[in-house]
Amino acid sequence: MEQHSDTFLDNASEALKNSGQAERRDRIALFASQIRTAAIDSFEGFDDLRHHVKKIRQHSLDNLDYYLSQFEKEAVHNGNQVHFARDSEEFNSLVLDICQQHDARRIAKGKSIVTEETGLNSFLQSAGLNVIETDLGEYIIQQAGETPSHIVSPALHKSANEIRELFQQKHDLGHRELQKTSDLVAEARNVLREHFLQAEVGVIGANALIAENGYSMLVTNEGNGDLCANLPKVLIICTTIDRVLPRAEDATAMSRLLARSATGQPHSCYTSFYSGPRREGEIDGPLETHFVLLDNERSNILSSDYREILECIRCGACLNHCPIYTSVGGHAYGSAYSGPIGSVLTPLLTSLEQSHLLPNACTSCGRCAEVCPANIPLPDLLRDLRHEEGIKKLSAPRWRYGLKLHSWLARHPSIYQTLTATSIRILHRLGRKRGGFSRLPFASGWTSQRDFPAPQENTFMQLYKAKMKQNNER
Amino acid sequence: MNEQHHDQSPTPQRMRVSLFVTCLADLFRPSVAFASIKLLEQAGCEVTVPLQQTCCGQPAYNSGDYEATAPLAQQVIALFETADYVVVPSGSCAGMICHHYPKLLQGEWRDRALKLAAKTFELTVFLKDIARIEPQLNNPPSTLSVTYHDSCAGLREMSIKEQPRQLLRELCGIEINELEQSEVCCGFGGTFCAKMPEISGKMVNDKLDHALATGAKILAGGDLGCLLNIAGRAQRQGQEIEVRHIAELLSGDMDTSPIGEGR
Repeated sequence: MEQHSDTFLDNASEALKNSGQAERRDRIALFASQIRTAAIDSFEGFDDLRHHVKKIRQHSLDNLDYYLSQFEKEAVHNGNQVHFARDSEEFNSLVLDICQQHDARRIAKGKSIVTEETGLNSFLQSAGLNVIETDLGEYIIQQAGETPSHIVSPALHKSANEIRELFQQKHDLGHRELQKTSDLVAEARNVLREHFLQAEVGVIGANALIAENGYSMLVTNEGNGDLCANLPKVLIICTTIDRVLPRAEDATAMSRLLARSATGQPHSCYTSFYSGPRREGEIDGPLETHFVLLDNERSNILSSDYREILECIRCGACLNHCPIYTSVGGHAYGSAYSGPIGSVLTPLLTSLEQSHLLPNACTSCGRCAEVCPANIPLPDLLRDLRHEEGIKKLSAPRWRYGLKLHSWLARHPSIYQTLTATSIRILHRLGRKRGGFSRLPFASGWTSQRDFPAPQENTFMQLYKAKMKQNNER
Repeated sequence: MNEQHHDQSPTPQRMRVSLFVTCLADLFRPSVAFASIKLLEQAGCEVTVPLQQTCCGQPAYNSGDYEATAPLAQQVIALFETADYVVVPSGSCAGMICHHYPKLLQGEWRDRALKLAAKTFELTVFLKDIARIEPQLNNPPSTLSVTYHDSCAGLREMSIKEQPRQLLRELCGIEINELEQSEVCCGFGGTFCAKMPEISGKMVNDKLDHALATGAKILAGGDLGCLLNIAGRAQRQGQEIEVRHIAELLSGDMDTSPIGEGR
């Protein structure tokens, strides 16, 4: 995974400078939270369902070896080939091998964040293959040479005007102006239709693998997944090992949480189940189907204190409700996964050394955990990563030692109270006239954005003790 | 014995409350702690203030330094566990004691943390739901336009939403002029605001814009961290809005200057 998380602060700073995009992000965030609230309020028993699915996910992960074997057995029985990939490199090579076995030149691809994680597109392209993203959002950012800014809505950062300009550059439009948004959609649909028809291999993701019957489930709103799956001769389904669920009904229970949390829909427009290659007597469907299942650190996460992160169903609600994500956008995180889920997952999939700033991009406001349909305690996991950051001495020394000093002082009340009484009096004297400080040497982070309000004259402890003394003397 | 009991006043025994002042009230706004004592006494409580208290440990805890936090948590537990009730004029410090101490500590200390958690309350929750303070105007009914900032920990960890609004209605005759997106963080986040100042600045700016859009004269809230953040931003922009802790409004002690205004 190509990663720029080490420059998170600079990335964020750049993003904040673009006021047009910042405004759009604010509007989208408000809208996303409103539609989610409406969908969940009108659905009785959301919390019960969330609890139910949580238990299923926990059970599946507790017995992952069992259900993965069962899935493999059933999928093979259905005529699929199942491959396991330890890391991104192995994963990309497996997919390329399958394409090359069929002399494929053109690949039609549905949305798959896993292939963003492994960098599949650039790998296949450097081997000379023509990969076309067919999800509208993915298609747009592929044309623009960008990466997704959101795990569900990859082109969330693009305005209609920007997309129009992009199509004007990249497509042969003649005199067509594509004024309406629907014109833009129709244009993409026309272009993509040719690709669906010409592609030799289709690549799609999966929202769930079903152990009992060896099927995979995919939800989309555009139906592009089904075209990728059914028109090319060969289908490759790419996902990760943690997606497996015991029963078909577990997958549908999860999908009811997923769509409401992601886009406020009761269901996605298309919920498709893929069983395997075309059977005898069937007139359509792929002739050959493969599952390529990626581990990439997930078995290690499973045995770590962060295992709950594997229960994520990739709805994006934590992104939409995170005030940091909505302030700076997804690209600032410098990883395929952004927002709270990305700030936990990225360090675990890569290294904390490269991405220790991400777990700090959190005010512990708790909104992500509140909306998470998988009930993942994201703020706790982020804090645990900050704990690890401290142990590995990756955080800035002035913070590390400063907080240790503060804690030491707080454990020595008489020293603490003497010291604070003196400092507060000085601060008060210096700041009382203006009411605050526009600059303070030890709080430059604070004063870069806001004044530092001056304290009242004495500490409470001083005043209270004096008052008690007075009362006793009386 | 029975007769003696009859001879006693029919009013129930006064609730014994220990006040956890919080470090921010101790250092920046003693008036908040004094207002809290006044309100608790008005609600019929006997208030004590353990003198050895300092800080609940959130700065180190939120930065992930569990090793530095644990002894501080133990200090707070040992100091407050003999109280009948512990009241805290801050949602986030109350959340720290109620939810995070039991996560942080193990064994016997965890049990003691859970016992303390069961009797620890944020100020407005305690006044409204536990002590059931009598509705009685502490000041003449106010025509002040007031908006309210729900701090995140108070809202989501301690379920504080209606209590401050009901108290403002019953003790001050104030109806809250609600701000847009009131459940979105103000950007304080403890050390976050200094570690990621630009992002925090954007967030507090949004919060201030929403507060100003209500046209309110006063922004009240239950957590000094958020209030210092918002007041500091208002000061920076030269905005007139007064920022105050809810305890100051409820107690009717408005003679101190608002947060961040000189005198």
